[in-house]
Amino acid sequence: MSPARLRLDGISKSFGATQALRSVSLEVAPAEVHALIGENGAGKSTLLKILSGAHPSDSGAMELDGRPYRPAGPLDARERGVAMIYQEVNLAPHLSVRENILLGLESATLGWIDAEASRRRARGALDALGYGHFPLEREAGAFSIAEQQVIEIARALLAQPRVLIMDEPTSSLTQSDTEKLFGVIGRLRAQGVSIIYVSHFLEECRRTCDRYTVLKDGETVGAGEMKDAGLDALVALMTGRPVADLYPRISRRLGPVVLEARALSCPPRLKAATLSVREGEILGLAGLVGAGRTDFLRTVFGLDQAAAGDVAVFGRPAGHETPRRRWGEGVGFLSENRKEEGLMLNQPIQDNITLTKLEAFGRMGWIRGRRQAAAARRWTDELAVKCRGVGQNVGELSGGNQQRIAFARLLEHPARILLLDEPTRGIDVGSKAQIYELIGRLAASGKSVVLVSSYLPELLGLCDTIGVMRRGELVAVRPRGEWSESELLRSAVGDE
Amino acid sequence: MIPALRRILGKAGPFIGLVLVIGLFAIPEETRVHFLSYHNFKIILTQTVIVSIGALGMTLIIVSGAIDLSVGSTVALTGVIAALLIVRGWGPAATTLAAIGVGALIGLLNGSAVAGLRMPSFIITLGMLGIGRGTAKWLADNQTVSYESSPINRWMTTANPSGAALPAGVWVAVALAVATSLLLRKTVFGRHVFALGSNEAAARLCGVPTVRLKIVVFALAGCFFGLSGVFQLSRLRLGDPTVAVGLELDIIAAVIIGGASLNGGAGTVLGSIIGALIMSVLRNGSQQMGWPNYFQEIIIGLVIIVAVFLDRFRRGGRA
Repeated sequence: MSPARLRLDGISKSFGATQALRSVSLEVAPAEVHALIGENGAGKSTLLKILSGAHPSDSGAMELDGRPYRPAGPLDARERGVAMIYQEVNLAPHLSVRENILLGLESATLGWIDAEASRRRARGALDALGYGHFPLEREAGAFSIAEQQVIEIARALLAQPRVLIMDEPTSSLTQSDTEKLFGVIGRLRAQGVSIIYVSHFLEECRRTCDRYTVLKDGETVGAGEMKDAGLDALVALMTGRPVADLYPRISRRLGPVVLEARALSCPPRLKAATLSVREGEILGLAGLVGAGRTDFLRTVFGLDQAAAGDVAVFGRPAGHETPRRRWGEGVGFLSENRKEEGLMLNQPIQDNITLTKLEAFGRMGWIRGRRQAAAARRWTDELAVKCRGVGQNVGELSGGNQQRIAFARLLEHPARILLLDEPTRGIDVGSKAQIYELIGRLAASGKSVVLVSSYLPELLGLCDTIGVMRRGELVAVRPRGEWSESELLRSAVGDE
Repeated sequence: MIPALRRILGKAGPFIGLVLVIGLFAIPEETRVHFLSYHNFKIILTQTVIVSIGALGMTLIIVSGAIDLSVGSTVALTGVIAALLIVRGWGPAATTLAAIGVGALIGLLNGSAVAGLRMPSFIITLGMLGIGRGTAKWLADNQTVSYESSPINRWMTTANPSGAALPAGVWVAVALAVATSLLLRKTVFGRHVFALGSNEAAARLCGVPTVRLKIVVFALAGCFFGLSGVFQLSRLRLGDPTVAVGLELDIIAAVIIGGASLNGGAGTVLGSIIGALIMSVLRNGSQQMGWPNYFQEIIIGLVIIVAVFLDRFRRGGRA
């Protein structure tokens, strides 16, 4: 192996009584894509903050190209050649692509922007990523998330980074955008940039990365060549236990049809979708982001108004109704967007769990606080939510625990038909396994689940039936046995 | 150390502020005797009635994630209408109910426009600020509306020689504060208001009737503002269409000092009332110290900023 581009040795960091990192080591070669893997809370974020200069480490040494590296702050780290791409896009949406790329590093004389040099530098950075065709003067906010990410990477490139850290770069990307990002990563590697790639998606890491380091409970528990590591071995390192079966196989019997959508349309994103779900069935919906899967769930649930077609719940024609009516009929919806639509972050756990049925905890519009708290506590216990109590605000919980609260709402209501939109997005492997098991148990107890997911192994592992959506149309619905991962993909992109 | 400090601030922050402010004015010997007298507290409480009843309505609105800038105009308009009704021989009860009704109507218009047109409440109520004030001047024919006498005039008087009794306005404010606090904390309606303010999309997803709820919140708050108008009339003893300019800012300040968040989803009735009291005590104390008016204004401005800063500190950096 060539001498290391970046070497971390014995890095420790504690916050108060919590030891976040314990003697962590990491070594990245030049032009290497290195996967940093670990469950939520394993210490990845802390390590990234130390690398990017946001926090100093308590002890240990860092070297960049053989010279001591101890950044005084994020700006210092960037100037020394360590740049970071955050999970959430950080662009000024009203500024142009060019202005965003040059932000903080403008070409200027005495404060006057040199337009020609600016354009040349911005264009150069985009060219290096294979996106030279981007219109430089359009507002950044007009681009898709994937494109905005490219703009951010271009911005990072201006500082000529030697190490580029990418934190969950694909968490909000579609499959095809993810492929394009891999192309960008390949180009960066070819230019000699080392990349630290942090992701929950192990399959992705195995495809893009050369080597890996696994963190667990603040310690390095494994490192090596990616080509020698199996998926199960990585999961076992992360969770500390062998994951014999991530997906529950609970036998269940399918009953009568409980939910039926007939020629349901909500133009332009949902065109005449017809689908029926049976009691005890887990029905998956695959497709690219924007294919209309979320729109289907929202229209069924009454969050978006259908332009045509109808919905029947438990055999009764239900018309185009409101979420309130749907909850009343026993239909529950879990939003893909936990923070913006799913939960009330600055409200207590108990209100988040019981919001759909507050009337049930008292009479004449009054709420008996004790009964409400007891109902919420039952679910935080059963789902093993890590919290100080049901009065704690949901925003203070980790992603996996927040998702459990969002689930608890459906369980407490209780919903008999569950519309789940990306229920495992952005949560760690351990929490995922628990959510899979929960979905399996719910179906076994006679509930019906419609599961939208962009993660194909999840659909193939959980569902009885899988439908594929493409450009607003439901193009195929078949039993799981008749699908494979590649067939699902082909069907989703329309290459049949 | 810091978490403990945060907990204390969270539990009793505004209250500590009130004690500090009272303590501040109790230090100089020449004013202490009068400042700490029962009669002076009676004056302070009475002077707080209008702002605190308004703050009850504003707490509902701010917790729901909205704002109302038209309160001052509503108070002037309802005061003018009440005065006109008294001139026409209406009794105090009917006049008060009519004023509350007018307040509710303005709130209904505000709420319907906010919910129905999906416009920011800031814009809608900024418009209503002008409309209400203009209507008040129009109805009053651009002058004050005076009347012979009315029992309403006695509701805010502190010149009660027998001493002990507090004026009716104070008791009304206390009763309404208790009722509003229960409404916000113990009822489905109240929890829905918090849900709406915290995350409107999540509230809608959970079946909260968000459109109707917004309208009801503004209409109910309008009732409070109408009642504030009656007490404003009681204090002035005439209907003045130019009164209470900027009152909404005092009321918003009280609610914010009391720990509410302008982002919605946070706020308490007790906090808002204490916020209103803090400002009254500052005004009253400054007068007794003989500080000029501009000095009071500067101090109150600083208090708002410090209060919100401390509140942010206790929430751990997230305002």
